[in-house]
Amino acid sequence: MQDSFSYFVNQLISGISLGFVYGLIAIGYTMVYGIVGMINFAHGEIFMIGAFVALIAYFIMEALGMGWVPVAILAMLLLSMLINAAYGWTLERVAYRPLRGSTRLAPLITAIGMSIFLQNYVQLLQGARPRPLKPLIPGGIELWTVKTPGDTDYTVQVSYMELMIIVITIVLMAVFTYVITQTSLGRAQRACEQDQKMASLLGINVHGTIAATFVIAAVLAAVAGLIYTLRYGSIDFFIGFLAGVKAFTAAVLGGIGSLPGAMLGGVLIGLIENFFAGYAEGGSEYKDVAVFTVLVVVLIFRPTGLLGKPDIEKV
Amino acid sequence: MNRPLLEVEHLTIRFGGLVAVNDVSFTAQDRRITAVIGPNGAGKTTVFNCLTGFYKPTIGRMRLMHAATGREFLLERMEGFRIAAEARVARTFQNIRLFPKMTVLENLIVAQHNRLMRASGYTVLGLFGYQGYRRAEAAAIDRARYWLDRTGLTPRADDAAESLPYGGQRRLEIARAMCTEPVLLCLDEPAAGLNPRESDELNALLRYIRDEHRIGVLLIEHDMSVVMQISDHIVVLDYGRKIADGAPAAIRADPAVIRAYLGEPEEAA
Amino acid sequence: MTPDVRPLDYAAMAKEAGLTAFVVLMLAVVLVGLELRDVPGALALYTRVPDVVAACVIAFIGRIAVILLREGYRDAVMIGGGIASVILLIGLLPEVLFGTQTAVKIANRLMPFEAPVVRWCVFAAALILAARAAIGRRRLRVQDVNARVAAADRAGARMQHIARYAGPALGFAAVALPIVYGHDQQAMSVAILVMTYIMLGWGLNIVVGLAGLLDLGYVAFYAVGAYTFALLATTEGIEWSFWLCLPMAGALAGLVGVLLGFPVLRLRGDYLAIVTLGFGEIIRVVIQNWASFTKGPNGITGIPRPTLFGLSWEEEAPEGQTAFWQWFSNNLWPVEYSAAHEKIFLFYIILFLALIVNWFALRARKMPIGRAWEALREDEIACRSLGINPTNTKLTAFGCGAMFGGFAGAFFATSQGFVSPESFVFIESAIILAIVVLGGFGSQLGVVLAALLLIGLPEVFREVKDFRMLAFGLAMVAIMLWRPAGLLAHREPTVRLKTARAGAKP
Repeated sequence: MQDSFSYFVNQLISGISLGFVYGLIAIGYTMVYGIVGMINFAHGEIFMIGAFVALIAYFIMEALGMGWVPVAILAMLLLSMLINAAYGWTLERVAYRPLRGSTRLAPLITAIGMSIFLQNYVQLLQGARPRPLKPLIPGGIELWTVKTPGDTDYTVQVSYMELMIIVITIVLMAVFTYVITQTSLGRAQRACEQDQKMASLLGINVHGTIAATFVIAAVLAAVAGLIYTLRYGSIDFFIGFLAGVKAFTAAVLGGIGSLPGAMLGGVLIGLIENFFAGYAEGGSEYKDVAVFTVLVVVLIFRPTGLLGKPDIEKV
Repeated sequence: MNRPLLEVEHLTIRFGGLVAVNDVSFTAQDRRITAVIGPNGAGKTTVFNCLTGFYKPTIGRMRLMHAATGREFLLERMEGFRIAAEARVARTFQNIRLFPKMTVLENLIVAQHNRLMRASGYTVLGLFGYQGYRRAEAAAIDRARYWLDRTGLTPRADDAAESLPYGGQRRLEIARAMCTEPVLLCLDEPAAGLNPRESDELNALLRYIRDEHRIGVLLIEHDMSVVMQISDHIVVLDYGRKIADGAPAAIRADPAVIRAYLGEPEEAA
Repeated sequence: MTPDVRPLDYAAMAKEAGLTAFVVLMLAVVLVGLELRDVPGALALYTRVPDVVAACVIAFIGRIAVILLREGYRDAVMIGGGIASVILLIGLLPEVLFGTQTAVKIANRLMPFEAPVVRWCVFAAALILAARAAIGRRRLRVQDVNARVAAADRAGARMQHIARYAGPALGFAAVALPIVYGHDQQAMSVAILVMTYIMLGWGLNIVVGLAGLLDLGYVAFYAVGAYTFALLATTEGIEWSFWLCLPMAGALAGLVGVLLGFPVLRLRGDYLAIVTLGFGEIIRVVIQNWASFTKGPNGITGIPRPTLFGLSWEEEAPEGQTAFWQWFSNNLWPVEYSAAHEKIFLFYIILFLALIVNWFALRARKMPIGRAWEALREDEIACRSLGINPTNTKLTAFGCGAMFGGFAGAFFATSQGFVSPESFVFIESAIILAIVVLGGFGSQLGVVLAALLLIGLPEVFREVKDFRMLAFGLAMVAIMLWRPAGLLAHREPTVRLKTARAGAKP
């Protein structure tokens, strides 16, 4: 049954690259949750904005006559990161900072409000219809070819695009891991996570650190947006909602507050979704149901997620 | 002597590799104040959390006797809320846990939830103004009023619990625990943060509870003056083990206790 | 005023305002400045440079005005803001006030925005700044969060004072509403919509406001109620009447609530939020794809309208029924047939249902169960130590909320005559939650106020349709920033010692 194995490999690779999209968004959720203890509901919209900026960046490059794919993709990446950083910063400054120290629900409501606002903002400015992008990186590496008697041959291949997605993600994850483990910013973040009051007494700029966290989260979401644009070749103003919810699911699955957990959760969600869609009967309609069911089951049996620290109830 | 009210046998609690409580056995009697003392980190609060069902013991048995009915409860097999509802063990917390936005009186009424719930026909009858519920609620208010008078909180009855001063919050927590009509009252450092006058008032209140309400009191305390003045029996823990058990006078003279508190045995005098 | 004025540090000012303008530039340069439009065969890039420039300049000037206000330069801001608003107004009202084209041109140059809404917003901002400078406050000072919470509590306490009269007065106004607006079908539709959201808000208030369980999937129960009703009322062989289907819909939604709640209610706040959101989506996806049962994305049509003791609301009553207007004309008062009668009837049904929820919530609050809900919201661990079963208590709250959501869903199905999965998307849950939170947790009157603001106002401003949801999101943020604890956040004790009767003899 070589055929089914090839199918499996293809599903696996595409599941991983989808999982990286979720993982990159999930890191944003988990970081913000870790430091301010709130679900940044508008994070999915930030991802969507990143995707739009990346798309527009491609057309800018084309208009400038610099449509050569590697340069174009680099420009898409940088521009979407830059613009998204501004959006992440503004989001925190406008909607969350004034509410610091108030009830737990207040920032959740402003987050939902910002999410609605940003969706409609992009819809008004960029139109409601899906925006297509032609496949920028065709082709792939052929791994092996399966000979089937009588029928056409079946080639298992990793497309260059999926390869590039995986490489970009891994490189950026390495940079990101360096920033949060080795720099003073990372240290300040961990300090604020533990105890904001104490951190500020020790001279850490708490507001600045939280703002930086939002900016980093937004930048990673921009990468996710770019990947999404390349992978699906079509985006609209509504993609942020479902991707955001699934990414949050990934963050919870991996254990909220845990960065490797977010990536792991993302990949697992990507794989579950892809395999369910690929194998189960009627799976593509119910793949979201599968994702949420897994979430519920994990939360019931392991409420702190896969890599989360078990928390002993303090009495 | 009768069967003790509470019998704890070979209680051991592990968190992962950490042994928080190691093979501790002791008893607590009706109408007696039993104090559990020990240095920080000795495992006192862990024992309490086990007794009241917040943790499950790794090994050990905790048996509670209701003298009036002769019923026996194995606390390690019960869910936390059932320990309070059926075995009637009430407790207070080291970091006070009131319902901060609710009023003092409401805190005391919530403590009588199960009785009122039955009286209201599990809400269904109560919704339609059933007389029996109104009577039960009035009786609950009377019981609350009784404890408000005992704890001196009557003038603040309609204020939010969070607005009480620290000492008042401590007393309210005790009053709330008493409103559940317990047979065993577990107090986790009730004198912490009280000034000497408040501390004396607390002693009087605890004696009153012991003598008038004839229940057992189990007490964790750091303040030795409180412990020595009011306890009838003292259990000393150190590093999760029981190192001494006896009357206050005997504990005061026990070399193991002195060592645990002062460290160097040679210099301890 | 002079003692309040602080000397200005121009360099710092320029830096601060410049930074604001820079951020606005970053935000606007791609998404506002460039647009991809469909041209035959491809996408083309269009530019909107003037808009971006104007946005940056406005941000710069606005920031400087805010700084000046903060430093105490009230007169300058008042005059500047006043002049700016007059100029902006010229651009907005060309025909009415100013005939000269030059003035209009200058104003348009200043504000290149296509959409009049945006221009009005800029005008309003200038006006507000000027007004803020003109009325007494010495310095523009951002209030501390707790101060804003306290303000909401005071407002709530004041409201509570007049709630004794305001509640019945509002109820009376609601009953009287069809007498005034009954002829206007459009107005009645809005009233029915607002009333539905008030009912949903009150239902969710039990779950979120009282029991403190963050439910982001409330619309699921609304959907279950609506589909139960639709299926029962249209499936051949069943076809029960409205008054029979309604309790069934509520009961089933409540049951689903309990079944869903059972495994997840042990979870902590935010986990619960995301799981309920997941359930909401699951139910919608299932409805959408289980076509053999729910008719899938096409929805269920032809759901019968409710009857009044067998009186039909149609002009020609079906076989075996009488039309209401004929019956009314024959027995009481001669009336013409009007489609508005049905709307009025529907309005009274939803009013009645909503008042039941309100009655339940107010009564339950003073019952042991309601107090346990509130206690659970405050401290679950303390509740357990008092012998309260947390799971059962949460389940009752969840189940009651779900049941009322189901009732509202059944009403929705019958009033629309049509249900489809599109009506039950996440945004509905978010809107209902926003109504509860904006109103102020646990405040029944607050829910009414928030529903009027969030649902009623946008319906009134339907002309600016494109900007409706944009403004909706913005309003949610703005109200929350202004009043973080909700509009009326005051907790009234459920029992007072002073007024409590002496009880039975011990």
